[in-house]
Amino acid sequence: MKTSTLIIRTPEGIVFSQLLAGPVSRFTACFIDQLCIQAALTVFGTLLSLVMVFSLSFAIAFYAIGYFIVSIGYGILFEWVWRGQTVGKKLLRLRVMDVEGMRLQFNQIVVRNLLRFVDSLPVFYFVGGVTCWLNSKGQRLGDIAANTVVVRNPQMAEPDLDQLLAGKFNSLRQYPHLVARLRQNVTPAEADIALQSLLRREEFDPVQRVELFGEIANHFHGKVEFPAEAIDGVADEQFLRNVVDVIYRTRPETAAAGRVQPL
Amino acid sequence: MIVDLQKFITNGQPVWAELEKMLNRMEAEPDLRLPLAQVQRFHQLYEHTAADLARLTTYSSEPETRRFLENLVARAYGEIHETRAKQRRFFPLQWFFKTWPQTFRRHIRAFYLSLAITAAGCAFGGLAIAFDPDAKPVLMPFSHLLQDPAKRVAEEENATDDRLAGSKTSFSAQLMTHNTKISIATLALGMTWGVGTIIMLFYNGVILGAVAVDYMRAGETKFLLGWLMPHGVVEIPAILIAGQAGLILAFALIGRGRRSPLRTRLREISGDLSTLIFGVGLMLVWAGFIEAFLSQYHEPVIPYSAKIAFGCVELVLLFLFLAKSGAHEKTGP
Repeated sequence: MKTSTLIIRTPEGIVFSQLLAGPVSRFTACFIDQLCIQAALTVFGTLLSLVMVFSLSFAIAFYAIGYFIVSIGYGILFEWVWRGQTVGKKLLRLRVMDVEGMRLQFNQIVVRNLLRFVDSLPVFYFVGGVTCWLNSKGQRLGDIAANTVVVRNPQMAEPDLDQLLAGKFNSLRQYPHLVARLRQNVTPAEADIALQSLLRREEFDPVQRVELFGEIANHFHGKVEFPAEAIDGVADEQFLRNVVDVIYRTRPETAAAGRVQPL
Repeated sequence: MIVDLQKFITNGQPVWAELEKMLNRMEAEPDLRLPLAQVQRFHQLYEHTAADLARLTTYSSEPETRRFLENLVARAYGEIHETRAKQRRFFPLQWFFKTWPQTFRRHIRAFYLSLAITAAGCAFGGLAIAFDPDAKPVLMPFSHLLQDPAKRVAEEENATDDRLAGSKTSFSAQLMTHNTKISIATLALGMTWGVGTIIMLFYNGVILGAVAVDYMRAGETKFLLGWLMPHGVVEIPAILIAGQAGLILAFALIGRGRRSPLRTRLREISGDLSTLIFGVGLMLVWAGFIEAFLSQYHEPVIPYSAKIAFGCVELVLLFLFLAKSGAHEKTGP
């Protein structure tokens, strides 16, 4: 079955996942890399024009060898030096990695790059694209032979809880013991649903948004019963904001909670 | 239950930072050998971080921190559980005199098969041209080979000027790059369960056989040997080795008679494929030089016997190198 995630389970029982790159993003990265190769060759050709003054044959020879080395070696060099990334992959936040999560080896990089020949057949990486599309891990033939996959590390948009919660009075905080029980009862998936519904509120039709917030709010009302004075007159959407606030920010002043500090 | 993320991050950060620092160091220095105490510390940090990840995955929906920890655990996991030989600094001479010939010999059956397929192609091409000389344009779709051999020999031997004057370097570069591309293609087509590799080898053999018989029928055997041997004794084995690599890949894909899974089989050969193809590249650089600077010059400039003798010496040296070099040293994985 084709999935968009590569799940690796370690012998210690830890599971970690990596998002697999799709054919379109990979093709775009490849296109950018081709532009880089062309740019490098243009610069190289310009420099060789100086050699041409002395010997045309040498200039042609250098260009032929340079063209070959750059076109074959570009992917190998960058993926080795940048740990599985080329310029195109870096821009699109893609990375080559071992299919079992092991250290990416030089041999794997060589094999996957040399096998571009079959993947690019007959034109525009048709074979590679079709294989990538059909393969459960999104691998082209070169990846299959080298035991590699291309994963993507999307830039995680950190939810701006300050803006989202707008610093309004949160009536739920008047009842810390109930807040603690709510945090105890709510699963990460449920918390995420509440957060996502607020983050994506503008995407919903107004009528459906009211219905959706109503349903989610009802669900959270069932988790912990707050006194009437804490929830009376509070709209469903505001109630959800209050819930998200107490779940994601243990103390009102810890606005930065939930953000990874630079190590 | 939701994790108190601020507290969680504050507590975990020193451990994660230490693990990341060690990982950076290990990745930057492939030759690094950590003392036992540091190895133990590394393992401890890995287990701590993995436990943090498990805790976060179970109790929190914080995606960014999870991604960060997943990345860290993935890198440490790769370092700890990697069972393949650690990549050390590259020693060119050791690779050339030991790794490459040993790898070639380890897969000698694939080479024999590659040789047999090419020989079959040679036989087919030779017989085809012998029985049906009109098939020449079909068998050899290259204009410079379509000429009458006797006429060509006469032209070459009577030439007064050097037709490659001023272009030998560029000609040799074109030969090197073209032949290397063909070799890479021969290897890569192993991914077609070997069908593409077999076709490439057979077709190469057909052309070779057809050219050889064409010149022999015209009584130009000596010219043929003098023309082809100086570069051919290196170039043809190079293509055969590329075919060998393609067939190794095909055998690993097919996996007949082997119980190990496809992933393991492919993992086992990836190093050998790289070694063989880099060796092929070196051979073709040599062949390209010889073809441009020596093979294209005939009598009276260079006696055929000298060119044939040169080819024979090359062939013997190549045979000895591939058969004996590194034979008494420990075989690689």
